[in-house]
Amino acid sequence: MISPLDSPVLFHVGPIPISEPVVITWAILAALTAGGLALRRRLELVPSSTQAACELVVEAVDSQIRDTMRVDPAPYRAFIGTLFVFIFVANWSSLIPGVTPPTARLETDAALALIVFFAVIWFGVRAGGLKGYLATFATPNPLMIPLNFVESLTRTFSLLIRLFGNVMSGVFVIGLVLSLAGLVAPIPLMALDLLTGAVQAYIFAVLAMVFVAGAVAEAAPESPSNERTPP
Amino acid sequence: MNWIAAVSIASAALAVAFGAIGPALGEGRAVAAAMDAIARQPEAANTISRTLFVGLAMIETMAIYCLVIALLLLFANPLLK
Repeated sequence: MISPLDSPVLFHVGPIPISEPVVITWAILAALTAGGLALRRRLELVPSSTQAACELVVEAVDSQIRDTMRVDPAPYRAFIGTLFVFIFVANWSSLIPGVTPPTARLETDAALALIVFFAVIWFGVRAGGLKGYLATFATPNPLMIPLNFVESLTRTFSLLIRLFGNVMSGVFVIGLVLSLAGLVAPIPLMALDLLTGAVQAYIFAVLAMVFVAGAVAEAAPESPSNERTPP
Repeated sequence: MNWIAAVSIASAALAVAFGAIGPALGEGRAVAAAMDAIARQPEAANTISRTLFVGLAMIETMAIYCLVIALLLLFANPLLK
């Protein structure tokens, strides 16, 4: 049985082994970028159906950011939107026969969680300066510094394990049922897997929003960009 | 098969089995409370279900941790290398 914890190496570029999830990630990135560029060339005031669908996604992301973070969504749209769209497409890439979603591998999820970890620091420093951001570790009092520090590491780790565990367990269970019961049996499980994939992409984006919003709100308590708007 | 492998397999099964109990009870309570809240205040359903989803994902993570421990025992056991 193939271990779900290691990823098969496809070929080598010089001394660097290129594994299967890396290739699939590149394919997803290329497809998303090409799709975005192709769509940008044909933007119209009266949108085509594809443009309308993409605008729907952007507006959904915007309204979620507005509801969750209570700030103007513009500075965070690119980051949160990219995370959501990438994880969503990666989770649903299991629809293509023979493709294992790259999010079912530990390395991809670790990279995504690390991106969120550094983005929290980046947005916090940008909102309140280095001193303002570092001061958030001492809230509510300096006794909490080690706890806050450990928390920022463990929540990154739990982001990683959550996404990995959910997607990987879906793939794993489908594999088991397929080997035990035959060709048609795992179809309901695959439908459930699609639902889980969409929910996990949403959860990952919402948690990234919550972490960034926490860092920004604590680092710059009374900056105008941080004003509470009614939902 | 030596006894470390046998114990590892048994404890992986135990980890998943018992690790699922707590999150299942917790998720049940969370969904019940959310249903209650939506029944009382249907206009707040959007906010409640968003918070519910995030909360469920948090609770579910506990079960996923157990699953990861089980997989580590089965596939990456340091005692068997």
